[in-house]
Amino acid sequence: MNKSRRSFLKVAGLSAFALSSGVAALSSTAQAAATMPGSSYKVGAAALKARRWAMVIDTRAFKGPEDYQPLIDACHKAHNVPTIEGSNQNIKWFWLDKFDSAFPDDINAYQTAAIKDRMFPLLCNHCTNPPCVRVCPTQATYQMHDGIVAMDYHRCIGCRFCMAGCPYGARSFNFMDPRKHLPKEVPNPTFPTRMIGVVEKCTFCAERLAVGQMPACVAASNGRIIFGDLDDPNSDVRHALAENYSIRRKPNLGTQPGVYYLI
Amino acid sequence: MYNAKAVIVGAVIFAALFSSPFWLNVGKADYKRPDVVLPKNEKECVEPVEYMRAEHMALLNQWRDQALRNEKRVYVSSTGKEWTISLQNTCLKCHNDYANFCEKCHIANSVYPYCWTCHITPEGKK
Repeated sequence: MNKSRRSFLKVAGLSAFALSSGVAALSSTAQAAATMPGSSYKVGAAALKARRWAMVIDTRAFKGPEDYQPLIDACHKAHNVPTIEGSNQNIKWFWLDKFDSAFPDDINAYQTAAIKDRMFPLLCNHCTNPPCVRVCPTQATYQMHDGIVAMDYHRCIGCRFCMAGCPYGARSFNFMDPRKHLPKEVPNPTFPTRMIGVVEKCTFCAERLAVGQMPACVAASNGRIIFGDLDDPNSDVRHALAENYSIRRKPNLGTQPGVYYLI
Repeated sequence: MYNAKAVIVGAVIFAALFSSPFWLNVGKADYKRPDVVLPKNEKECVEPVEYMRAEHMALLNQWRDQALRNEKRVYVSSTGKEWTISLQNTCLKCHNDYANFCEKCHIANSVYPYCWTCHITPEGKK
């Protein structure tokens, strides 16, 4: 039997096509088998919805760092965030820093003492253009349709690109098992902890919004933090921004933070 | 054949090693399905038992993606009943005996999922 090159290529091409379509058909039937026919998913009835969640923090209404402590405690309790004292491996979801560190673009040596000495609450900015999402190689961090930049710890491989990408230092790496720094009975047994080797951050309390609750820090702030839909001109956040002077962190980077500060 | 002696001895050793699991387990008891302890007060799981037994891991993956990425945190089962999507708060509410339910079957089948490095089991709390 003497085959020409042409007829050999024809047969080879046909075989490759037949094999690959067979594999594709197999994998799609396997996927279909895993889903129960007749089942579906939907958004909870009580869930709060928005096109773009945003936060406005009235820093004028907080007298000192001690005023922020209940908010930090509420956040860290709700999400089982450990405190690793005296270490550069602490986990940060909601933390405080001076104006110079929080807003380094605003260089002014003669700022009023009230602003220079005030502590500012910092958290993930849930940017419109999040650099962390762009650099994540596994899509473990992603932007949801409501503007929240969320984390799927199942997918995180701990490469820490997102930490390098985030200009706000809002991400923390678990250098060790966080449960070592939590009490035996975790503060919130309805919420998971994290494990060694994943990056974590503030989630704008997506799990609380899903059941109709405001984020933990907002709920603990007695109205000094306003949370709502930035795309709705009648929302509380839009009214607060329309009536007060507000700033955001590092605006020249173009990330469009979703956390606004009234100063 | 070159080196026939060495080749044949090698082939025999390979065959013996390759089939050793078979020979070592000859005469041992058959695999028995582990007696998992089912929840006492609940009769109905999210989906029928055959589906859950075979596909619970796939269902959990779908639950995770739908809840975390699409904000769809309610699962409507094939019978039309609605369930809040949560391993920790929905599954483990009924299946609260981790050692006699999840772990028993996983160990018998040599699978070691790392759910519990983050999710909290009811009895351990941690």
